[in-house]
Amino acid sequence: MSLTASGNRKHRAGLPQWATLPVMLGGVILLYWIVVGLTIPLWAPYEPTMLAGMRFQPPNAEHWLGTDALGRDVFTRTLYGVRYSLPIAGMVIFCAVLIGCTLGAIAGFVGGIVDSIIMRLVDVTLSFPPILLAMAVTAALGPGLGNAAIAMVIVWWPIYARLMRAQVLTVREREHVEAAVASGATRPRVLVKHILPLCWSPIIVNATMDFGQVVLLVASLSFIGLGAAPPTPEWGQMISDGALHFYRWWIAAGPGIAILSIVLGFNFLGDGLRDFLDPRSK
Amino acid sequence: MTVPLLQIRDLSVSFANRRGDPFEAVSGVDLTVNAGELHGVVGESGSGKSVTMLAVMGLLSPGARVSGSIRLDGQELVGLSERQMRKVRGRRIGYIFQDPMTALNPLMTVGAQIAEAVRLHKPQVGRSQARERAVELLRLVSIPMPEERASQYPHEFSGGMRQRAVIAMAMANEPELLIADEPTTALDVTIQAQIMELLERLRQDKGVGIVLVTHDLGVVAGAARGLSIMYCGRVVERGLVDDVFDKPLHPYTKGLLGSLPQPDARAARLRAIPGAPPPIGARPSGCAFHPRCGFALDICRAERPGLRPIGATTVACHRAEAVAMREAVEVSVHDA
Amino acid sequence: MSTYIVRRLIAMPLLLLGVITVAFLLTHFTAADPLTSIIGERQMNNPAVVEAARARWGLDRSLPERYVIYLGNLLQGDMGTSFRTRQPVAHDLMVRLPATLELVISAMLLGTIFGVVLGVLAARFRDGPIDNIARFFALIGASAPVFWTGLVVLFIFSVQLGWLPGPGRIDSRAVAPPFVTGFYTIDTLVAGDWAGFRSVLMHLILPASVLGWTVTGIVSRMVRASMLDVLSQEYILAARAKGAGPLRVLINHALRNAMLPTLTILGFSFAYLITGAILTETIFSWPGIGSYAVAAARGLDNPAIVGVTIIGGAAFLITNLLTDIAYALVDPRVKLSRQEGS
Repeated sequence: MSLTASGNRKHRAGLPQWATLPVMLGGVILLYWIVVGLTIPLWAPYEPTMLAGMRFQPPNAEHWLGTDALGRDVFTRTLYGVRYSLPIAGMVIFCAVLIGCTLGAIAGFVGGIVDSIIMRLVDVTLSFPPILLAMAVTAALGPGLGNAAIAMVIVWWPIYARLMRAQVLTVREREHVEAAVASGATRPRVLVKHILPLCWSPIIVNATMDFGQVVLLVASLSFIGLGAAPPTPEWGQMISDGALHFYRWWIAAGPGIAILSIVLGFNFLGDGLRDFLDPRSK
Repeated sequence: MTVPLLQIRDLSVSFANRRGDPFEAVSGVDLTVNAGELHGVVGESGSGKSVTMLAVMGLLSPGARVSGSIRLDGQELVGLSERQMRKVRGRRIGYIFQDPMTALNPLMTVGAQIAEAVRLHKPQVGRSQARERAVELLRLVSIPMPEERASQYPHEFSGGMRQRAVIAMAMANEPELLIADEPTTALDVTIQAQIMELLERLRQDKGVGIVLVTHDLGVVAGAARGLSIMYCGRVVERGLVDDVFDKPLHPYTKGLLGSLPQPDARAARLRAIPGAPPPIGARPSGCAFHPRCGFALDICRAERPGLRPIGATTVACHRAEAVAMREAVEVSVHDA
Repeated sequence: MSTYIVRRLIAMPLLLLGVITVAFLLTHFTAADPLTSIIGERQMNNPAVVEAARARWGLDRSLPERYVIYLGNLLQGDMGTSFRTRQPVAHDLMVRLPATLELVISAMLLGTIFGVVLGVLAARFRDGPIDNIARFFALIGASAPVFWTGLVVLFIFSVQLGWLPGPGRIDSRAVAPPFVTGFYTIDTLVAGDWAGFRSVLMHLILPASVLGWTVTGIVSRMVRASMLDVLSQEYILAARAKGAGPLRVLINHALRNAMLPTLTILGFSFAYLITGAILTETIFSWPGIGSYAVAAARGLDNPAIVGVTIIGGAAFLITNLLTDIAYALVDPRVKLSRQEGS
């Protein structure tokens, strides 16, 4: 489902086809966060865990987003937060895609009992509301960012398994695959050389869209207290701090806007990517 | 002379394209239909026949600009407000759509859709009365077991049945005029004949005037009295069906007739018109048909021919006399 | 009823069993010894206490044994006893269920109504200012974390403007209404307590709006897309040709058809609502299942975690099934098309 502008897709002269307004907006937002994440230690005004001044200062010239309950600089902590959110989301998506696509491809290509086992596992996993499953897994493994990430891989892989299986089943029927089989290619070779290369575009689109959702879920788990532990400048954790003092709005404002912008960015990008890779979906 | 049922005078319709440049879809169309008469309007897709009919209904998109005059029983329709127009639609003019598969709301029973048409114009009719009327209308269009059929959904009807239901809906308020926009195009040949029979019966029994829009001269041949041929947004030939069929004066009409399969030896000369109709917005200068016309001269490229009477028919062609001559020669050769 | 739904009905119990098994297994491979959360860290060095607690909570039995016992108990509505509250989990959940349902249903209603209106307007005035505002509003709703938007609206409407009360279900000085349904809105009315009803309603507005917002975006975009699709159909023109007015065409003919694809989205949005409810309840101190789940997960309260996970999974499965059934009931064509093999 498309959440972003479909009416704004008038082609702009002098720009490549994919460079629509949402895509460029999404790209700029994400580029900004990546640059911040890579360079922040070089220019941050304060240390993220440093007690930088008086507690509960509203935004001012020294502390652009004020200070929190311990007197740490909210702006600095917000910028440092991206060093947790983006890499974790990236790892989660990478692992989920890897596991999901491998199992999905095997299920679709091998079929039979293997297919049944994998797909029933997928069905059961997708029967849980994502956050509940993630909570249960994290609780089982013990709280912590790493375990939260593992939990999210467990929640997310079945989506890609289902997608990949459907793709493999479609592509398998194409003539060039039959030709490869007829000319005596081994089965693994057929799968890797002739089927998989044609399966990627919906996976990529979905992964981009899901990236934002994973960022949201990481923050949610941290907010609940199952992810990052207190001194970590993680966004969900920071909002949780801010919730205790919600009448001091600025403590949660930075991380809130940060999450919002990154999720928006990925939604924009994913939408544009879908139009580019799959023109059929309008 | 009495006032004709539908009289269109010098009707032009223009739209704006994406860049905002206007282009004319229909230019200076004249059309007259008398009460109780079936009039055929024939042309290829894009000839402006559907746009003309939607203009009569006031159902063109808001961006359309309409000029000229459309009179129904002497009452001017161009310039009526949407509210006034709504009283005309469905009550005085019934509209039959090309594709009965898509012209019925899939989530309403057929009976409810017909009853809605009744109650829209006669709010005083009760629900059960309207339903009875719907059943009656289904019976009128020869749908078997109308009571049961009324409570079924469109997908439970076959294509021909649906078109009957659409006709019943159009007839709900006994309109003076039915506009049938390609009513048989989407149907099987045998069903086409049944639908045409039904329209003819409605004309005779109910005295309703019918405009039959089609790209198929064969459909018109047996049914219509008057005939207008449209090409590129204009009427190019107009007359009684018998006259036009006997002696086509416009090369386009001749082409249409020539591409008709015929049972006798003339079938040997069966041929299609070369080329395709130009896209709207890229219409040729002069006579729009000249690029496809075997009779074209320089004048055809330079100057647009106006309608002029020749014999019993009216035609817009510089070369009508030549066409008539050729026709005469061919017939005599054939007869010889 | 269609074969498709029959097949779904048959698959339901199997999926539910899968959900139960996964939930059960998960919490029995925990890294931390659940005993710690029962008897406290200090007592862990006392073998007598540890043994007693182990036997008391059934942790001395083997995993398959415990699984079978758990399933048997579950069939009788027994989900074990919470380590934390020392109450039966089933009881805890039943007490908290109405609060969550009241919140989720209000949010669903608000989100759906608002989403449909927004979607219809956006489609009617396509690419106009209303469409763009609706698009923006939907995007924010789908992208912003509810646990932050909750804080923002609390700050604006409760702290700054003082229009609406802060967290909680009812005024903290007021007494909860006598239990009838557990829905405070209904219970206060039954008790004839108008002031209480008003307080409950005021307390409900913010959390329900925040939660509903997440759904508004999804619904409005879906309604817009399917309205645009439906409005280009010939039966819309046919309805106008009958003489139907614009409102009648838009609501009776277009919206009714556009709601079909939207129905499927409603089932899907339920996942969002559960996710959102857990976080919203935490923000608004809402004594529902969501905040219970959070407390359970934080406290390594295994029986409670399993219970909540099973209930959540069951709710999720049932909603999806209900959506499909509703779809089949509303769309007269479904029977045919599904049997024809799609």
